Amino acid sequence: MSFVLTEDQEMLRETAMSLVQGELPVSHLRALRDKGANGNDPETRRKLAELGFFGVIIPDEPGAETFGLVGLGQILEAQGRTLAATPLLQTALIAACALQLGGTPAQKAEWLPKIAAGEATFALALDESAHFSPYTIATEAERDGQGFTLNGLKKYVPDGHYADVFIVAARTFGEAGDRHGISLFLVPSTAKGVTVTALKTVDSHGAAHISFEDVHVPDAALIGPADQGADILDPVIDRAAIGMSAEMLGSAQAAFDMTLDYLNNRKQFGQLIGSFQSLQHRAAKMFVELEMTRSCVAAALGAVDAGKADVAELASLAKAKAGELVHLVSNECVQMHGGIGMTDAAEPGFYMKRARVQEALYGSASWHRDRYARLNGF
Amino acid sequence: MAYDNAEQLEEFRVEARKWLEENCPPSMRTPMADDEVVWGGRNATFKNPESKLWLDRMGEKGWTSPEWPKEYGGGGLTRAEARVLEQELRRIKARPPLFSFGLWMFGPALLEFGNHEQKLRFIPDILKGKTRWCQGYSEPGAGSDLAGLQTRCEDKGGHYLINGQKVWTSYADRADWIFCLVRTDTSAKHEGISFILFDMKSPGVEARPIQLISGESPFCETFFTDVKVPKDQLVGRLNGGWDIAKRLLQFERSSISAGGFGGTGGSGILGPEDYAKQHIGTDEAGRILDGDLRGRITDHRMYAKAFSLTVQRQTEQAKAGQAVGHTASILKYGAAKMNQDRHELLIEALGTEGLGWDGEGFDKNAKKVTRQWLRSKGNSIEGGTSEINLNVIAKRVLGLKEHQ
Repeated sequence: MSFVLTEDQEMLRETAMSLVQGELPVSHLRALRDKGANGNDPETRRKLAELGFFGVIIPDEPGAETFGLVGLGQILEAQGRTLAATPLLQTALIAACALQLGGTPAQKAEWLPKIAAGEATFALALDESAHFSPYTIATEAERDGQGFTLNGLKKYVPDGHYADVFIVAARTFGEAGDRHGISLFLVPSTAKGVTVTALKTVDSHGAAHISFEDVHVPDAALIGPADQGADILDPVIDRAAIGMSAEMLGSAQAAFDMTLDYLNNRKQFGQLIGSFQSLQHRAAKMFVELEMTRSCVAAALGAVDAGKADVAELASLAKAKAGELVHLVSNECVQMHGGIGMTDAAEPGFYMKRARVQEALYGSASWHRDRYARLNGF
Repeated sequence: MAYDNAEQLEEFRVEARKWLEENCPPSMRTPMADDEVVWGGRNATFKNPESKLWLDRMGEKGWTSPEWPKEYGGGGLTRAEARVLEQELRRIKARPPLFSFGLWMFGPALLEFGNHEQKLRFIPDILKGKTRWCQGYSEPGAGSDLAGLQTRCEDKGGHYLINGQKVWTSYADRADWIFCLVRTDTSAKHEGISFILFDMKSPGVEARPIQLISGESPFCETFFTDVKVPKDQLVGRLNGGWDIAKRLLQFERSSISAGGFGGTGGSGILGPEDYAKQHIGTDEAGRILDGDLRGRITDHRMYAKAFSLTVQRQTEQAKAGQAVGHTASILKYGAAKMNQDRHELLIEALGTEGLGWDGEGFDKNAKKVTRQWLRSKGNSIEGGTSEINLNVIAKRVLGLKEHQ
């Protein structure tokens, strides 16, 4: 287990931190919101592509070293700090992992270079209800002679409102709830029968409901073997949860720093409010939680790169801890800012709104607590 | 000897392994019974004669504290070698040869603040377990506000004269010597404190054990009446004791959190999830039937895992030279919460089985849990209360200001 970054990873982290602070501050998200961009910003994507951020876990040639998930985690943590809306989690992490874990040689050859270059964006079309439940899939993929026909509805798909390609989890066998019988498909957003309904979400990042009506895809669209998509989906979701935890850690850290700054400047009763013990203790407790969560996120990222056997357990640990943390810190951020925290002009509200989306995606804290207990045999 | 490459480190491993094979007695490779813990000291008794053999051999080698300098009888190992030794000790499941406040708290502080003669005089006997030390810090009127201590120490020309009272002095009734905070200037608070050492057999010293809610008496009230102390037993400069006191508290908090508090686990005691399964039962999927308790046990298990990962992370970062400052307070706070939560859950999962005090009708281990649960309430009080640790974090780490 390594908790210390390599020099290359350290440089990547610094590059990402200066990018978000310089070019993607919270005011950037605010401006996108105010002009109705719904988190969709080609200019941001161009900057990320220029820096090579889409290809952080994609080797230049087979077997070559990458920055690893630890490296990508640093970028996601950075974007979490300023709440930047980017396609990195969906495209650079989820799609890159899904294709590397389960893609055919042809799929890898076609898509991985495009992902790395920032030329194609992806979205994982998974959830069908308002709560994360990865095997509860009713979307059908029926064999039709030359491939499959898809029918169903996917809800709240992050980046779904602008992605070029969807990775669709559909059922080729069994019933909603079964692990066996799920298959993964690559479906272009322009395919006939695909309807994308853009959603205006509370965090201003946007998302989409996506319906599939008699959408035909060829056999070549199948990622991994039919019916056994969960073998790819499970590790992909673990990695997505870990990546999201890194982003949440960044958001929590930034909301905490902002709160600390306020405590050190705002005066009441002729005193800095940060000199009041009730606020000091709450700040100190948040800091302890931050430090603990940082360890969990680092351990989970590192475990993926090291090919450890306890990735699932650490993913649940990281997502649950990060969920609790960002929930606590975003609420305290609003509370400790007092009336200012309730205004749209200030930033605490942005952190609280984004936090709830981060908490819900890829399993809430309670979903992961339950899984953690199951993995530990009780 | 410095081993700076992997090959030399492997050589050291081979040597250490060979030495341990030859010198670690067989019974010292078995789980330690509660009554076989060795605290050393001039009145030490050894229930198991091999405990003494093991202590003598490790002490002679300086491996009771492998990284302390050779010139004072320490092992003189580098950090890397010490880690190898740790691994080798763990490999054969060797017992710690010595439990000692001297090793954990006083020794590290003396090595930093003591003069050469003091180190030569005291450090070797700490390493060999020949002197058992106790800590004279808290007083009836100076707990969290430790710097408010009143035990007087007057300069009588040829010696110091000490009068006053300490409390919560761990094992004062069994200790040989005390490291003690005393007031040498009444006109200043922090700057009027000195750090002094004396023999517990000195005339005028009396230790009275205090019975705790757990039924045990690990702590004492300690009284000093006209205790004469030679002048060369003052550590550091007169009125300069507070810096030593604070540094020593860091060692204390670190040793408390590294051990996750003595009494955690122990032979035969299971986790709360095991007792819950046993006494409440599980559904067909193996889940604890009481869903609410299951959730709280999970919370605790996650906290404990996050805590141990944090200890690992800070160790690695410190090794890589990355500043981690004031981690002792963070870890002490976390360790107290973790151990108290664990014991509350153990008691809850055990139900009435965990509410026995003595005698027949209760499982032996369950009774042990009950006592440990009561003992754990001290975790957030001793070595700096949780509230004091939160103060330290707020002010020293987060830079929040003092109330005016």
